[in-house]
Amino acid sequence: MVNSRLKRTPPTFLDQEARLAFWMLFPTFTIVLAFVIFPVIWNLWLSLKPVSLGDLRGASLFRFNLTLENFQKVFSDPDFGSVLVTTFVYTIAGSFLSILMGLTAAFLVHGEFPGRSLLRGLFISPYIAPVVAVTFTWSFILDPQLGVLNWLGVSKGFFAQPIPFFSQRLWELDLLGMRIRLPLALTSVILFEGWRYFPFAFLFILARLQAIPEELYQAASVDGASPFQRFYHITLPQLSTVLSTLFLFRFIWTFNKFDDIFLLTRGQAGTKVLTITVYDYAFGEFNIGASSAVAMLLFGVLSIFLIIYFHWILKED
Amino acid sequence: MERTIIRILRIMGLIIFIVIVAFPFYWMIVSSFKSLSEILLKPANLGLDIRKIDFYAYYEVLFEHGFLRYISNSVYVSIVTVVLSVTLATVGGYAVTRLRFRGQKFMSYSILLIYMFPAIVLVIPLYVMFSRVGIRDSINLLILVYLAQTLPVALYMLRSYFQTLPPEMEQAGLIDGCSRLGVIWRIVIPLSAPALASVALYTFMIAWNEFLFAFMFLDTPEKFTLSRGVVQLAGSVHLSKQLVMAASVMVTIPILVLFLFFERRLVQGLTAGAMKG
Repeated sequence: MVNSRLKRTPPTFLDQEARLAFWMLFPTFTIVLAFVIFPVIWNLWLSLKPVSLGDLRGASLFRFNLTLENFQKVFSDPDFGSVLVTTFVYTIAGSFLSILMGLTAAFLVHGEFPGRSLLRGLFISPYIAPVVAVTFTWSFILDPQLGVLNWLGVSKGFFAQPIPFFSQRLWELDLLGMRIRLPLALTSVILFEGWRYFPFAFLFILARLQAIPEELYQAASVDGASPFQRFYHITLPQLSTVLSTLFLFRFIWTFNKFDDIFLLTRGQAGTKVLTITVYDYAFGEFNIGASSAVAMLLFGVLSIFLIIYFHWILKED
Repeated sequence: MERTIIRILRIMGLIIFIVIVAFPFYWMIVSSFKSLSEILLKPANLGLDIRKIDFYAYYEVLFEHGFLRYISNSVYVSIVTVVLSVTLATVGGYAVTRLRFRGQKFMSYSILLIYMFPAIVLVIPLYVMFSRVGIRDSINLLILVYLAQTLPVALYMLRSYFQTLPPEMEQAGLIDGCSRLGVIWRIVIPLSAPALASVALYTFMIAWNEFLFAFMFLDTPEKFTLSRGVVQLAGSVHLSKQLVMAASVMVTIPILVLFLFFERRLVQGLTAGAMKG
């Protein structure tokens, strides 16, 4: 009898490799798919349906009754404009401040001196400490009734009365003869943002500073350049890339930040940003649809910035 | 003359930074050792009377506010997340670096993209999804969420590191009849100790400090992690700040200690890409 069975070629090394790669990446891929990709798609779905917290268990969740009313509701909300402005102010000011502080700290620490390692470790603490700990500690320090800053400020005569840093929307003060109404809570939150995230900029700028070849500076010295000229023509250009990248990423992350403002002010006193409204719509008004709509807006803004970023780095190649 | 001015400015600047960075932590610790009456009556007392150190806040927080339980929950969640994250990132990172397969390039580029998705966008759908199925109130679910958050960066960090390892050593192992997994276990892992340590530290930090998902998902106090527990405590006591400070110290100390211990390694990991400018 003729054996007419086709001879199967044994799996090639390439096949084996591909299969192994599949299994090595499968758990990661599944987790990311389920907990990152899927929720975003699910978010899009929820934003287009009239869903409230009570609908969660019902069958209506999967019906195709799509609508734009959630987006309508969000955009026509009278507060929407000010929330948007607050978000941008918070994001831009917070990013800028954290990078400025990080730049300063990097220059202060750059160079050889004893204890530098310890100092670097200390300076990173605000960033790595748990958010609940630092927010409650700062809230306590700045507390109008029990906080050490207000007590010292009042007793030493700096303030006439305690300043409610996180609970008052506006603060009137006389500066240089002008009456200014400072958005107090928002400013406090921005200052906190600078304090908490400057270590991130600090680390990256310091690493970049230390990678600048010493020869560049030496050559400039030989040519008679002053310290300021050396800074302007050597240091700054070398830092330009890391600074712009830092600003982009801090912008994206601050724009999408929820924990800090929520824990400091719950979004009260003029600190309501878009991320807070996601929470408020969902658990304050029980409107999941509107909440998802705002989340889609956040995602949309994020996408725009990421596209800009990829365009920019692709252009450099 | 210019030199001296710069030097003085530098020292002043360093002092200012040291104070604003260190003071909150100092205050956190000092306040945790005060009694309630001290908190209320002497709020401006900057120092700490060694003879009047009061451990009662810690006792109360641990035994009367459930923090013993919260600590064990946080330890469980963090350690399991670290173990799983390091394991999956190692094999995954190895696959993306060394193995040839369709979509390898795509994976390389998309890894970090996933990291950019903000938690606030993910939390509501996940909340809806898991509430519907009835499994939302679970710390094992939190572990999966944290894995999703840390795996992209962990994979990226390990991939960057693996790319610097000369493939010859692994080739030698393969020629000698070792399987890929064997090569990973016997050759790659021992050579990657610093990178693995960085990944482990980074993952631990994320899992230990995490607030949003712990806050949204967990309902039963027995399941609370430390972050969730601190918020619970702060909401229930209004004047006893020393309790909140003691709880804050307990959440913060492990991370700070771990970090200072391994400072150099972690900084290396965090700035892995910075050198390229």
